[in-house]
Amino acid sequence: MYEHLETAENRDSLKRVVVDPVSRVEGHGKVTLLLDGDNKVQQARLHIVEFRGFERFIQGRPYWELPVLVQRLCGICPVSHHLAAAKAIDQLVGIDPENLPVSADKLRRLLHFGQVLQSHALHFFHLSSPDLLFGFESDISKRSVIAVLAEYPDIGVQGVKLRKYGQEVIRMVSGKRVHGTGAIAGGMNKSLTKAERDYLLEDIDQMIAWAEGSVALIKKVHCSNLPFYDEFATLRTNYLGLTKPDGALELYHGGIRAKNEHGETIIDHIDYCKYNDYIHEEVRSWSYMKFPYLLSLGQEKGWYRVGPLARVNNCDYIDTPLAEAARVEFKAHSGEAMVHSTLAFHWTRLIEALHCAESIKQLLGDPDIMGSDLVAQGEKRYEGVGVIEAPRGTLFHHYQVDENDIVTKANLIVSTTSNNMAMNESVRQVAAEYLSGRELTEPLLNNLEVAIRAYDPCLSCATHAVGKMPLQLELVDAEGKLIDKLIKHSDGQIERDNA
Amino acid sequence: MPNPVLLFGYGNLSRGDDALGPLLLEYAEAHCDMDKVEILSDFQLQIEHALDLENRRLVLFVDASVACDNAFDFTVLKPARDKSYTTHAMSPAAVLDVYQSIKKQTPPPCFLLSIKAEKLELGEGLSANAENNLTQACRFAGDLLSNADLDFWLKQADSITPI
Repeated sequence: MYEHLETAENRDSLKRVVVDPVSRVEGHGKVTLLLDGDNKVQQARLHIVEFRGFERFIQGRPYWELPVLVQRLCGICPVSHHLAAAKAIDQLVGIDPENLPVSADKLRRLLHFGQVLQSHALHFFHLSSPDLLFGFESDISKRSVIAVLAEYPDIGVQGVKLRKYGQEVIRMVSGKRVHGTGAIAGGMNKSLTKAERDYLLEDIDQMIAWAEGSVALIKKVHCSNLPFYDEFATLRTNYLGLTKPDGALELYHGGIRAKNEHGETIIDHIDYCKYNDYIHEEVRSWSYMKFPYLLSLGQEKGWYRVGPLARVNNCDYIDTPLAEAARVEFKAHSGEAMVHSTLAFHWTRLIEALHCAESIKQLLGDPDIMGSDLVAQGEKRYEGVGVIEAPRGTLFHHYQVDENDIVTKANLIVSTTSNNMAMNESVRQVAAEYLSGRELTEPLLNNLEVAIRAYDPCLSCATHAVGKMPLQLELVDAEGKLIDKLIKHSDGQIERDNA
Repeated sequence: MPNPVLLFGYGNLSRGDDALGPLLLEYAEAHCDMDKVEILSDFQLQIEHALDLENRRLVLFVDASVACDNAFDFTVLKPARDKSYTTHAMSPAAVLDVYQSIKKQTPPPCFLLSIKAEKLELGEGLSANAENNLTQACRFAGDLLSNADLDFWLKQADSITPI
């Protein structure tokens, strides 16, 4: 590990390199490197520079507004927030997941599969395929989806159409591509009509074929340079996510499972409503994002990764045939119980996309999605927790309400926050191994971005440690000398330090 | 076949003046003849939106803009490979370029109505100035939709901002 590069000694004497903003990630990510006179990296950090304060945004609102309101936290995965909130407010009306009407449960799953499919398609085809197809240090003009469309037109078009299909699933289930109101407390507000079901069935076989082709493509890319792909930004970590009771891959509802780097179980089948008993969040002075960790392992060893790699590593099998075959092949390639390659996030992401496409087809063939029993109601409660596996990883929504149904407390742990420590470690590893001692060029710096992008971070909804961190702006001259510093303290006070 | 005119407002209703695009759509739905107009709203532009341009006669993108000099600007769009390719939020010109790449043909005539914005913070409402700008932009968009003709739109673009 590269923890020694989190904070350098004699920072003022070091040269500062800022990669700002990190492109092809949502939100505003910034990487700072401190270099000594020989260009050796002494410190590397990933900073999240946008602040959104979304828990405050939620507090004071009536709970029934939440499924719509929380979609506006993030333009990238609104459906994930929508469903996590819906699962939480189900409990506020006294409905546990097992008591949700069957049709509502299946419609929510269909909605979620559509969301994950379109998000994974966007990430691979639009944001990552330029690096993977043209090389991490290729000319910057090539690193875009347009270059992919020009040189690999079939792949480019498939990416656009897979994304579009996922959006159409969302539109059919929730009524709109965005701002939909599909899920409500205790169920869903509409089912699919036969015409809507038939419309989605028209293209699903093509989507499965394309998703299967994308798995073959990423396998070919990964295995074309196996030592590099298995080592680049790679970390031996713990992994956390939901699984079904029988250990199968689960994206919508299950128990929390965490495994260590050797594949040994740390926790399993944990009721996510008790997540606070197992997961804590650490605040560090230099980052807006918190650093979650497994309480039983402590801050130093308890951090973990979430997302496609974690889910495919953690599960015992996948319950759709093509994705399961792909999973078996994926696991076999490394020969270890757990695959630790950071770039394997891409491979697992596409295995999941294939699973989503297969699952959509299964659900479209299930008459329950056209059922009319859509909402259940129980006895009011004052606290609810909703957890789902969003495209980027486990997403926690936790609310408390008062007797007037107003949200008095909200806590959200988004997947990018769970991957915060891992992203920083990956950045430090790449900085140490690929950049240290070399003259920095844009293609070299892209290696850092490649490492971050593998996690598909959604930084805009990951920053919510309100008031926990001072803002600091530093001006450093060419000799590395600090010339000016502006500090905004947590209480809003501004201080200037002219060094 | 889709409706010949696409009115596409994008932005986040809960991020202050970023709501200007979607709010203009609400005005249009309430006050304009929408027989030949299809409404589309999203948080931001993405690659798949290129497919929404298919078989349109005219497309009007509506967005909030802090860079706007006037209460609103109205411009003709051309396909362009700008830096927005590298983000989750593409520019309308980049979406047109994706269309061109996928369809191997020139996109339909597309225009951008930018409405001047000031504040884009989560949880805030419209600023007073943005509200005023929206009123003016809605009136202007109403004229466009009731005269959904390329020559008329081009003249309007000429008269407001040089192409």
